[in-house]
Amino acid sequence: MSERKGVLVIGGGISGLTAALELAETGCDVFIAEKNPYLGGRVAQLNKYFPKLCPPTCGLEMNFRRIKENGRVKFFTQAGVEKISGQEGNYDVTLKVNPRYVNDRCTGCNACAEACPAERPNDFNFGMDKTKAAYLPFDQAFPFKYVIDDKHCKANCGKACLEACKYGAIDLGMKAETVTLNVGSIVVATGWNLYDSTRMDNLGFGKVKNVITNMMMERLASSSGPTKGKIVRPSDGKAVSNVAFVQCAGSRDENHLAYCSYICCMASLKQVTYIREQYPESKAKIFYIDIRTPGRYEQFYWKVRDDANVSFLKGKVARITEDEATGDVIVEAEDILSGRKIKESFDMVVLAAGMESSLKESRLPEMSYTEDGFILPSKLKKGITAVGTAKSPVDVQRSVQDATGAALKGIQSLVRR
Amino acid sequence: MEKKYGVYICKGCGIGESVDMQKLIAQAAKAAKLPADKIKTHDILCSPEGIALISADMKDGGVNAMTIAACSPRVKYEEFNFPGCVVSRINLRELLSWNQTPNTADTQNLAEDYVRMGAIRAQKSEVPEPNILPDLSKTILVIGGGITGLTAALESANAGYQVVLVEKEAELGGWGAKLYKQTPREYPYDRLEEPAVIAKIKEVQGNGNIKVYTSTTVEKTEGQPGLYDVTLRKNGGSETIIKAGAIVLAAGWKPYDATRLTHLGYGLPNVVTSVEFEEIAKKGKITRPSDGKEAKKVAFIQCAGSRDPEHLPYCSSFCCATSLKQAKYVREKNQDAMVFIYYKDIRTPGQTELFYKNMQNDAGVLLTKADVTGISEAGGGNLFVEAENTFLGEKIKVEADLVVLAIGVVPATAAPQQYLDKLAVEGKKGDEAKKTFLESTAKPEMLLNLVYKQGPEIPTLEGAYGFADSNFICFQYETRRTGIYAAGCIRQPMNMADAADDAAGAALKAIQCLEHVSQGIAVHPRAWDASFPDPLMTRCTSCKRCTEECPFGAIEEDAKGTPFFKINRCRRCGTCMGSCPERIVSFKDYHVDMIGSMIKSLDVPDEGIRIICLVCENDAYPALDTAGFNHIQMHPGIRFIPVRCLGSTNLVWVADAFSRGIDGLLLLGCKFGENYQCHFVKGSELADYRFSKVQETLDKLQLEADRCNLMQVAITDYDKLPDMINEFIKKVEAFGPNPFKGM
Repeated sequence: MSERKGVLVIGGGISGLTAALELAETGCDVFIAEKNPYLGGRVAQLNKYFPKLCPPTCGLEMNFRRIKENGRVKFFTQAGVEKISGQEGNYDVTLKVNPRYVNDRCTGCNACAEACPAERPNDFNFGMDKTKAAYLPFDQAFPFKYVIDDKHCKANCGKACLEACKYGAIDLGMKAETVTLNVGSIVVATGWNLYDSTRMDNLGFGKVKNVITNMMMERLASSSGPTKGKIVRPSDGKAVSNVAFVQCAGSRDENHLAYCSYICCMASLKQVTYIREQYPESKAKIFYIDIRTPGRYEQFYWKVRDDANVSFLKGKVARITEDEATGDVIVEAEDILSGRKIKESFDMVVLAAGMESSLKESRLPEMSYTEDGFILPSKLKKGITAVGTAKSPVDVQRSVQDATGAALKGIQSLVRR
Repeated sequence: MEKKYGVYICKGCGIGESVDMQKLIAQAAKAAKLPADKIKTHDILCSPEGIALISADMKDGGVNAMTIAACSPRVKYEEFNFPGCVVSRINLRELLSWNQTPNTADTQNLAEDYVRMGAIRAQKSEVPEPNILPDLSKTILVIGGGITGLTAALESANAGYQVVLVEKEAELGGWGAKLYKQTPREYPYDRLEEPAVIAKIKEVQGNGNIKVYTSTTVEKTEGQPGLYDVTLRKNGGSETIIKAGAIVLAAGWKPYDATRLTHLGYGLPNVVTSVEFEEIAKKGKITRPSDGKEAKKVAFIQCAGSRDPEHLPYCSSFCCATSLKQAKYVREKNQDAMVFIYYKDIRTPGQTELFYKNMQNDAGVLLTKADVTGISEAGGGNLFVEAENTFLGEKIKVEADLVVLAIGVVPATAAPQQYLDKLAVEGKKGDEAKKTFLESTAKPEMLLNLVYKQGPEIPTLEGAYGFADSNFICFQYETRRTGIYAAGCIRQPMNMADAADDAAGAALKAIQCLEHVSQGIAVHPRAWDASFPDPLMTRCTSCKRCTEECPFGAIEEDAKGTPFFKINRCRRCGTCMGSCPERIVSFKDYHVDMIGSMIKSLDVPDEGIRIICLVCENDAYPALDTAGFNHIQMHPGIRFIPVRCLGSTNLVWVADAFSRGIDGLLLLGCKFGENYQCHFVKGSELADYRFSKVQETLDKLQLEADRCNLMQVAITDYDKLPDMINEFIKKVEAFGPNPFKGM
């Protein structure tokens, strides 16, 4: 198959990596265009996968090894798609690759970060801590290569990193590059963003200090996170003992996201286990509309439900406020079945925030979308396949299934020519 | 290939400042049997200049077996990539300069031990040459002609492959063809669709790459990927043998046995399952079975069988959307008809929610959460549905003229698995019990009838209620039968749109398997590996441990009971190599003697503790690297040796280590048990079992059994790993030094 054209995969998260590797291992040349300076996407930020409670970095490591051993996957990080033209078998794509300011000589020795005087909010940890402007995105980042954030780099620092690097890896003059590719087919695996919780006024995020999102919880629970895995509340670093989870924070709500975000029920149930494992005396309560644990996920639900320290309340949360004296969080909700109004205090609240298509804000050319920014698969041009959360909210398992199938569609496009 | 050795030592990333380079070079020269001036060092070996140093030596039939002492083999993989060469990488950065005190005798010893082991690895390693079996078939066999099987067949055929599609019924289409309409699959999720399966049947029938066998089952599946001989049998009649290279198993599902749902009224004339309801809808008006009268008050009971510890302890995933769809049938066919839906939770995940919202807006559809407590006759063929804890009141009783049970999904793999499980249990009790079981139990419909020593069907996932699912979140098509890929509702309950996606995924994996065996390389997870187990059969004692332990059933036995490999089933984990007491299983680049010789090469001083740690290269080793990156100090007395999988660890290494005076042996591998993380399914678990028997070996040496330990670690445990290791060292120290030291 070597004379055949390659395939472009847009997005290097679990969907994109899977599609790319399945293609490469079937003999295709593949390009990945990833917007972050690292591969792995959202799953790289997760502490554990449901329902196995295994670390996502385990699977990522295997996928990175596959990239290393296979040799057919070429990837661009910090890359965005500017233009797509052509048709099945012959797509011309223009990528803009932003400068990393660190070249391939980087050994990952950390000297630049040590020397760098500037800091930046750590987006990988949702701003809960800081990194230097010269940084490695996370401990097990792939590629294992530092990056300099030009928004936070202080031009007048005397180029401390440049001096500190013994390997000639810092290149502050690096410029954005335009790369043009000619490929036979395209796989869109652009993934998702967390819905902006500050848009739900009543849920207090951004105002009530101890209200966090589910993705922040993943970072708090992770040994590579801002607290090295200790789950504490943001306001005072206090260990948590009573945590509420608010389901459908944005999802299934016409004013925000009309659809269900698929993963949040399982994510919250999983996060309950983080808390219960770390603090054996702690309590957790889940406010929900419907518990959605399809298939064998049901068993995971039962396991959590059978924990005497975990309670469930069917009802939508009306309001979240702060007890200013204690920093506690007051949740007001209606118990739908009894019609009773309840008001309860917790030391932390986790919003099961919804999933929004990454394409909602920055659309790719040549695609058709739903009102919510998901791709409409049936309206795609031949030779373009959308996978995973680019087309609908799904979990990792479904993303991987979908991405594997997309690899086959990519191959069909090459065969048809 | 005649090997020409080279040793290259990097001085960068603190390595040069941590060790006495001259001494290290001297040791390397000795180990590699090269003159000292042939041991090259470089300030930054991974830089283009450093690589040029190596490349220059490679020119004109020069060096082709290099030992590279630098950083972890996980990094700088592009730089240190020398195709066609033996490359032995030694990690003096993550395992030394980043976590040891520089310039101590201990650190120097550590570096020298690693260099020695690296040189031996290069000496004992050959470049693998693929083993390509002749007469490979590139045909894909698809078992099952429902939406999943049809899609798998079409997707494979459209990629240029020949397909044989086998369906046990007389007609293609499965459940999908029996539907009146299909749940909307695309935005805005407001219209019912024609069943997708109908068009697919036509496409399959018109596709020249697909040969269809209906009314046919698989009687026997013999062979291995690329070389399956599959016997097909037409209903009670003729036999056909076809050749296939890979198999997609898409045998689908059956509705849960509704006769077990008498508490939900099944058995009463006007209580039907959702499957039966499709037949009614297909005929026209929604009528009731008892009197053919049009049903105007239809009640749907969700989770009929599902989410019930007495019946199916899982959710059947698509029944909520199915009932909403069927409610729409009722409402579209008669605008005066009313629908009640009783549910535990409405589960319309993702954008299917939009369909739910659509149906919620229909005033003729009443939905309530409820615990249905009983269904009874109300006279005139009508039924009372009684329920508790509803939105409409604590206890309600509603009269309906037709009740539909949203019946749960049972995978086609469940019955064979249950049968085989019971057979195994009875078999263990003795021949008599087995015979009684076989005589008294009806044999369910088998799907594959594999001629495999490890059993006739694809092993379903433990604790998964008969679903042939993958245990891996990230690797959805992993099964323990290489070349056979499960898809659709035998893996998980899923709707037809998901089943079609799933089918394409399984088809891709089947194609990939064909392509890999045709190149003589493994499939996932070592999808690049051209090495293969090559046993020295003259020394085989037919103890059968390998045939029993291989997680993938790759080893069979001939009539005399002598094992032989079906090499295309092999995944190259090395479990056979670990299990073999005669140590006869070797890969070109990995074998018992290689690791044994590395262990024996260690310099064991009379004073000070020495621990060998065999590390799973997939998860534990990256965790060590990350610990190194975080500069977490590690005891200088440990020597880490990466292994393919703990399943490949051979007990002889215990003797090798302890007879050398090593004080302790630690194994770091993946979690096992129900939620195992071993990429080879059983590797770490088998190692644990094997090493639980190590007492025998250690007794012979009069050593404490606890000097040997296996720890389960995850890749994220890098912060805990040093403490775990230190704990072990403390325990070993308490035993005192190994008396074999210095002997």
